Amino acid sequence: MTVLEWLPFSVLVPLIAAPVCALLPGRVLPWSLALLAVAASAVITAFVLPAAMDEPLRYSFGNWPPPIGIEYRVDSVNALLALLIAWMGVIILPWARLSVNREVPERQGPFYALFLLALAGLMGIVLTGDAFNVFVFLEISSLSTYALIAHGRKRAALLSSFRYLIMGTLGATFYLIGVGLLYIMTGTLNMADLAERVPEVAETNAIRAAFAFIVIGLGLKLALFPLHRWLPGAYTNAPSAVTVFLAATATKVAVYVLLRMVFTVFGLEFALTMPYQTVFFTLGIIGILFASISAIDQPNLKRMLAYSSVAQIGYIALAISLVSVEGLAAGLVHIFNHALMKGALFMAAGAIIYRIGTDRMSDIAGLARSMPWTMLAFVLAGLSMIGVPLTAGFISKWALIQAAILQGNWLAVVVVLVGSLLAVLYIGRVAEAAYLKPAPERAEPVREAPLGLLLPMYVLIAANFWFGIDTRLTLDVATHGAEILVGGAP
Amino acid sequence: MRSNGILRIVARFLIPLIMLFALYVQFHGEYSPGGGFQAGVIFASAWILFVLIYGLEAGLAVIPERTMFVLSACGALLYAFIGLLGVALGGRFLDFSVLLDDPQSAQQAGIILVELGVGITVATVVMLIFTMFVKRRAELDRDDHREGLD
Repeated sequence: MTVLEWLPFSVLVPLIAAPVCALLPGRVLPWSLALLAVAASAVITAFVLPAAMDEPLRYSFGNWPPPIGIEYRVDSVNALLALLIAWMGVIILPWARLSVNREVPERQGPFYALFLLALAGLMGIVLTGDAFNVFVFLEISSLSTYALIAHGRKRAALLSSFRYLIMGTLGATFYLIGVGLLYIMTGTLNMADLAERVPEVAETNAIRAAFAFIVIGLGLKLALFPLHRWLPGAYTNAPSAVTVFLAATATKVAVYVLLRMVFTVFGLEFALTMPYQTVFFTLGIIGILFASISAIDQPNLKRMLAYSSVAQIGYIALAISLVSVEGLAAGLVHIFNHALMKGALFMAAGAIIYRIGTDRMSDIAGLARSMPWTMLAFVLAGLSMIGVPLTAGFISKWALIQAAILQGNWLAVVVVLVGSLLAVLYIGRVAEAAYLKPAPERAEPVREAPLGLLLPMYVLIAANFWFGIDTRLTLDVATHGAEILVGGAP
Repeated sequence: MRSNGILRIVARFLIPLIMLFALYVQFHGEYSPGGGFQAGVIFASAWILFVLIYGLEAGLAVIPERTMFVLSACGALLYAFIGLLGVALGGRFLDFSVLLDDPQSAQQAGIILVELGVGITVATVVMLIFTMFVKRRAELDRDDHREGLD
């Protein structure tokens, strides 16, 4: 079988493994099957990315030719995203075993089935070349995500999950209304087909309304300020393993759909006739500043990191508002790099919760003495978040600043730098508490996190430094992808 | 509601008809409105009517909760299996034309089998959701009752 024939299996393997996983008893079996399925998917994506670089890979389901049937259409943009999702899954699942045993002790079969469904949904969203199929996978991943969040230990998890359900459903519905309007105006749902037919009817209010609905719907999904209100609660109250996975992948996939719809389907010219740039530039800047400042005085670690995620979405929004190859490349690189650093940070937070059962700031005091490796990982990932040279975070901020300077946009440069300083404050606050403050009296001494949690964490830390030095995978592929997006239909 | 004779007799008359109609929608789905999803919901509604009249225990005696759960996964797997069969026989995923020699009956067979999987999953999932709500209700009632005793 060729790479093209294997391509759909990167979605199908986790999707088919999910119902089997739900039936498996105990703890080890469901986890093993989930890991196997995600690993298979990850191996396929590793072969797909090089194959998709030159010419898009096109796979039509049921052998129905594209405008009639659904096709997967994979170029360097979505191949990079699929690679990120599947490999994050491979790194997170080994970490998840211990953490999930602690936080979701029962019915792990259905839990891992939901995890697989969420992952398969995200993979499907990025690989498909059909605007309606995106909605279907969006619902698959969202519905399983709501259920995963509700698995959190506290009752607040139910409320957070419900809140996300309302906002997420609104977002998906807005997206669907937009796609419906596009379908009425053009008679097709295939993205490449839409890209050809939209310009003919671009001067109509229906298309403008479709654009607005899709952008706002996806804005809700990607937690763009001020539509981010569902995110902190959802990330804080979800089981730690779910938080790590969501923070690394879910919002990024919504950004991808936004890029694909705005640049491939509607096209650059049309987007420039709409207030796309102004909206994303303004909201991006306010998002960075507001969310970074909010992050500084959060009472617990996961909530602080969640606000930091909203700020990072602000950077991505700022990057894609620049509407240049450099800007979009910076956005794509930050999608990739942010997954690495936020994944590692949430893993460190999860390890702390695993050991002391809470992540309140007051309980973190002096923790560096009893959990030195976990706190070191937190600080190293934090350095990447701040954007210190030799880390992945530096590469994305450097790319973003360069893109802004090329357009003479000094306000963006200043905001990125101020945002980094604010990151120093909120990361520093945790480091200060853990390293400099005296530890509170505890009944039992706190031990270092087990190796099963530390190893995947340090794999991500290593990736943060690797991609801070070797940018062939990230920056080069992202630049290639940005060229495809700005160039319109491939 | 077991004591109400009219309800019981009407339900006894209607339940087989609803199930028959569900099967009709299921197996004519490929060339008339309907299909697995609709058929599944209609089929489940027959069981729900049964539970409303005869109680959850009688309903679960017909089909235990665990069976529903297993069937819901099996339906999805039937769909996946037919899809994979297309790949195994040298076509694409969900490619039905390779299943049989005659292209028309191949498409028909593929669609019917896939929709059967959808029907099984939807019917059992709807039953499961209903069961969960009813059980929750029963738990709450029991709690109220206990509080009343105290």
